[in-house]
Amino acid sequence: MLKAAFGIALCVPLLEVCPAHADDPKDSRPQVGDQLVAASGEKEGKVIKPGDLSVGGPQQLAFPMDPGARVVRDGSYFNQVALVRLDPAQLSEETRALAADGVVAYSAVCTHQGCAVSMWKADAQNLFCSCHASQFDPRDRGKVVDGPAPRRLPMLPLKVVGGVLVVAGAFTGRPGPTTPS
Amino acid sequence: MKTLGALLVVAIVLGVAFMPVLVTAQSSYSPVTDQRLVKPEPENWLLIRGNYQGWGYSPLDQINTGNVKKLVPVWSFSTGVDSGHQSPPIVNNGVMFVTTPYNQVIALDAKTGDLIWRYRRELPEDFKPLHNTNRGIALYGDKVYLASLDCFIVALDAKTGKVAWQKPVESYKTGYYMTLAPLIAKGKVMVGVSGGEFGVRGFVQAFDAETGAPAWKTFTVPGPGQPGHETWSGDTWQRGGASVWITGTYDPDLNLTYWGTGNASPWFGDQRPGDNLYTSSTVAIDPDTGALRNHFQYQWNESWDWDEPDAPIVLDYQTGGRSVKGLVHPARNGYLYLLERSKDKIGFVSATPYVKQNVFNAVDSSTGRPSYNPERIPKTGKRADFCPSLWGGKDWPNAAYNPKTGRLYMPTNDNHCGFMEGKVQKYEAGKWWTGVDIPDIGFTVDKSATYFGQVQAWDLGTTKRVWSHEFPKSMAWGGLLTTGGNLVFAGGTNDRYFRAFDANTGQVLWQTRTNSGITAPPVSFSVGGVQYVAVVSGWGVDPEFQQGLLSNLMGWQKDVPTGGVVWVYALSQ
Repeated sequence: MLKAAFGIALCVPLLEVCPAHADDPKDSRPQVGDQLVAASGEKEGKVIKPGDLSVGGPQQLAFPMDPGARVVRDGSYFNQVALVRLDPAQLSEETRALAADGVVAYSAVCTHQGCAVSMWKADAQNLFCSCHASQFDPRDRGKVVDGPAPRRLPMLPLKVVGGVLVVAGAFTGRPGPTTPS
Repeated sequence: MKTLGALLVVAIVLGVAFMPVLVTAQSSYSPVTDQRLVKPEPENWLLIRGNYQGWGYSPLDQINTGNVKKLVPVWSFSTGVDSGHQSPPIVNNGVMFVTTPYNQVIALDAKTGDLIWRYRRELPEDFKPLHNTNRGIALYGDKVYLASLDCFIVALDAKTGKVAWQKPVESYKTGYYMTLAPLIAKGKVMVGVSGGEFGVRGFVQAFDAETGAPAWKTFTVPGPGQPGHETWSGDTWQRGGASVWITGTYDPDLNLTYWGTGNASPWFGDQRPGDNLYTSSTVAIDPDTGALRNHFQYQWNESWDWDEPDAPIVLDYQTGGRSVKGLVHPARNGYLYLLERSKDKIGFVSATPYVKQNVFNAVDSSTGRPSYNPERIPKTGKRADFCPSLWGGKDWPNAAYNPKTGRLYMPTNDNHCGFMEGKVQKYEAGKWWTGVDIPDIGFTVDKSATYFGQVQAWDLGTTKRVWSHEFPKSMAWGGLLTTGGNLVFAGGTNDRYFRAFDANTGQVLWQTRTNSGITAPPVSFSVGGVQYVAVVSGWGVDPEFQQGLLSNLMGWQKDVPTGGVVWVYALSQ
């Protein structure tokens, strides 16, 4: 199954995308049970609930947070995710399986050259890279729909626990570009 | 030169590019002196534009209008790198130096194409390139100088490619990066910074060429107490832009370097009331001291992302019966500027539109200051449509001046417009901060137009266009070379062609198809009495993004192949 294959390899040492200090919880990749904290905007620093996001975008950038120790995992750029709330009926079946209340989470690091996927293409409701205009479909597993990106954005499975968004699994693929150059 | 044998010994690549690759000691290398840079030999191409004045002119005439049809490739070299290659090959007595995106420097035997050495810069893991390109190296003494994307100036041993020293210029984490070739004069290595989309404060900085010791740093946005500071309101100057992302030109007689500056930050003028000196300007800087001696601003309170980074070409021209020591700048705003240079000032002579522009109502005939149509000024919360689009009538790709014809040759883009509406964005260090996100930047074309890109030839004496070659299905994104053989060489189109034009008539005399689209300026040199023309082909960055938009608007093919290749041509025997 595709999903099973994506589920492996959080960290590939030779390609230097491992957290610099994997034992530092700030640098660790998102863990199951992590909550999500807004990385920018009016709600910066706050734990995100599905209702905080407007249906149809734009995305909210966020970092995972260990809810016990209240450690935000913003030590690694590769931990940043883009949360988008959409009508669940618009989501592909595979996407819906990893979404919670219509909210999907994608790595916010472009698979092209690692720029932040921080912009929003409002008319098409697509995630948009802030450097080279790659577009990704948040309704369909982050598929590339335009621009130079070579592969889709990895997805971060979500669930809702106690009314807030919580990480339900590892990234479905390796965040960031395949090769640095 | 022993090359290949030694090369193979070290060519064991371990999977990760982590250190400069070095190969062999060259038996001889001709040190580059001030005298040579002031008066470069015709057989060499020592400076990115061939001379300090920025002409893009080679006096060589072995290849000429009569025989250019016989040009054939003699060697090529794949860089192994994708994205926009914008580097002119620099040639010093048979050794060629060329750079790639992501900051490789490659030394090649200019006659045979043998690899001598390759430097691969390891960029930081979190470096996020808006423009990952590089526009060439500078030579001085026995060193090769690179301005790196992660904001270091790096001096390499010209014979081995080993790092002699490197010095930090700024922090890439705050949005600064460097894409230009350094300018070297009188022992000073000068660089400028990119970052006008990230709220930087632009500057030019000089270092001692031998030791790397910082010599001076001159901001292109004046701080408190400095002349021009009064053209900013409040604290807006601190993130005012005016980046410097194209190499300056130099007049050795006046001992002044001339630099072009970029847009003001953020893009919408109502967020920073005032003229905003020295954004979208030419500034004259003394290379000995860094003193900013004089300036000319093309558009005050800039609001269209019309950078004017291309340094003015230093040349003398005739006008109104007198000879003018001039500066010439085909501006991104769509006007061709003829200026007058002196120790004390940059005087305005004329400004003539060379593409359709609907923003200026008039240009003051004595000062050159434009007045604007208020309907064409995008503001915060107010959309405005304007022509040309933010890419301008001519972006950075270089114009060229041929002293034999007295003409200026320009790669230009017409029949495109843009629209924008500003918003207030919160400043965060290192993040996009223009007041408009990329997907909201409007770009339109006149679908009934018969051409878009052009190569235009202008007679500077009469300020008249004497010919233009029009591209009906492409923009023009390639810098130009003109030669003593009465030729103009240009790439720049999405069809991957490299062309030679008759400098007098504009007739295409020769063309050949390369691997990719060419966005780098061609050069010419000779080795052993044989003249060569060299150019790097490798499409990417802004032309690639714009091509995507044009594909949607016009149905043009989106997939222009990428990948860098150095091409070298000579006459078939």
